[in-house]
Amino acid sequence: MIHEPRRADSNVAGGSDAGRRLSEGGLNLKPSGRVHVPDSLDAGSPGRAVGEASVADPVFSCRDVSVFYGAKQALKGVTIDVARRQVLAAIGPSGCGKSTFLRCLNRMNDTIPGARVTGTITLDGRDIYSKRQDVAQLRARIGMVFQKPNPFPKSIYDNVAYGPRIHKLTRSRTDLDELVFTSLARAGLWDEVKDRLGSLAIGLSGGQQQRLCIARALAVQPEVILMDEPCSALDPIATAHVEDLIEQLRASYAIVIVTHSMQQAARVSQRTAYFYMGQLIEVGDTDRVFTNPQHRLTEDYITGRFG
Amino acid sequence: MKRRAVRKSVNVLALGLSALMTAIGLIFLGAILWTLVKDGVAGMSAAVFTQNTPPPGTASGGLLNAIYGSAIMTVLGILIGAPIGILAGTYLAEYGRKSALSSVIRFINDVLLSAPSIIIGLFVYELVVVPMGNFSAISGAIALAIIAMPVIVRTTEDMLNLVPQGMKDASTAMGAYPWRTITSIAYPAARSGMVTGLLLAVARISGETAPLLFTALNNQFWSTSLKAPMANLPVVIFQFALSPYANWQQLAWAGALLITFAILVLSIIARVAVSRLGPGAARK
Repeated sequence: MIHEPRRADSNVAGGSDAGRRLSEGGLNLKPSGRVHVPDSLDAGSPGRAVGEASVADPVFSCRDVSVFYGAKQALKGVTIDVARRQVLAAIGPSGCGKSTFLRCLNRMNDTIPGARVTGTITLDGRDIYSKRQDVAQLRARIGMVFQKPNPFPKSIYDNVAYGPRIHKLTRSRTDLDELVFTSLARAGLWDEVKDRLGSLAIGLSGGQQQRLCIARALAVQPEVILMDEPCSALDPIATAHVEDLIEQLRASYAIVIVTHSMQQAARVSQRTAYFYMGQLIEVGDTDRVFTNPQHRLTEDYITGRFG
Repeated sequence: MKRRAVRKSVNVLALGLSALMTAIGLIFLGAILWTLVKDGVAGMSAAVFTQNTPPPGTASGGLLNAIYGSAIMTVLGILIGAPIGILAGTYLAEYGRKSALSSVIRFINDVLLSAPSIIIGLFVYELVVVPMGNFSAISGAIALAIIAMPVIVRTTEDMLNLVPQGMKDASTAMGAYPWRTITSIAYPAARSGMVTGLLLAVARISGETAPLLFTALNNQFWSTSLKAPMANLPVVIFQFALSPYANWQQLAWAGALLITFAILVLSIIARVAVSRLGPGAARK
């Protein structure tokens, strides 16, 4: 994230207030010179997002969640629910905290030295950061798909079978075969790989690898799937494949997807959360957020004025 | 125009000098190998592999006990050194990546890596030979293990660090405990490199003389006891090469050729293993 305070063009930015804020630095401006000033980033009660943060019977419920990497605060008091059988898209400029938010949900931030999470996150009503929570058991209930396809250096079959094997989900080889088949089929990959299950996964194309990673996540039979920019390394056709897949998976899973593409967020999600500089600015139904944003920052971002 | 001519001649000069120095290096290497092969092949005979080292003043004799001793102590040394080295390297790469303890271990390991092997011989002499009361094969194996260890620690750590973090993260995110991620994901991905490291360690210790002088010493007779002194190629070469007997000197050459050849074969196996075992998941 480039902090590059520039001189405000006052008639665009709107008054002396802008000048004062700009001199404080910390605003993320495009070199185009078009200046945007957040008018209520720190106004009102801190950490309160505009829109509908709560839902009935949520999968995840996050209350006042902050994340620190050493002294740096990457996420500031985020309160949001994740609904069942729905796609929640997290959007925002680079470094806004959307990936950090995602990594809170399966405690992957724990693996980063110096990371600290405050606030409460519950999964099905139970605190996932409680001392009694076994982290590995928690992660087994939450599938994750990463930005870069990262298949294991194993065969296609063994990639999908990895999760079931480590969690001993199946009793017999037949059961495992069945689970591998259904996972690959749900990920829309079965027809392409059924004749070469034994060959190495790195031989697949990028898009196939990403769908294999989704199949691998599904094989653990998770309740939620987290996707961290799953299409940013894929070409448009592979992206369309993955988006179709997300649409199908929505029927059975809660999905949280971090994306840089607003079009993608609009296409695949039912709810959208807009993050900016570590804060959750606005959250609500995707249609509503994109057609009638209530926060000025959200409007500026989705209309392409910055970001 | 003139400048270009100057540059050109400087280039020719630099190129010529590098080529010359390379040639000088290669000439020495070639001379060594040539002498080794010439005298070594001359010293080769079936007796080398069937008879024990001869006493002074007798004709013929072989290296059987020394070959056996070298093989046993090298294998034992690796069996002792490899688990420690691999586990320590795993700790450095995976568990204690950034801890203060790791940097201390890493530093000490680097020191150990370049420590003169005679010091390790003396160390094991004090630690094992003196309390035991006599030279022994096991103390030789321990000395070789200590020499092999830092090599294995280093290659293990380096190879594990080459495994993409994303791959390990994927395993962690699926709910795998660290030991599972390491054994099921990181080791297979780093396998070819780790095997190469092990073979390099074997090559390194199979030619070591100094640490064995203080530990296994030598044995003129056939002995398989780990508690007794044991013959081994490096020390036999050292002794026989300095002796006044022609047949001893010939055997020394034969032994030297054997070690060199064994290391050559190991290196080739290592290369093949790299290309066979891992298609390079760790290198992607």
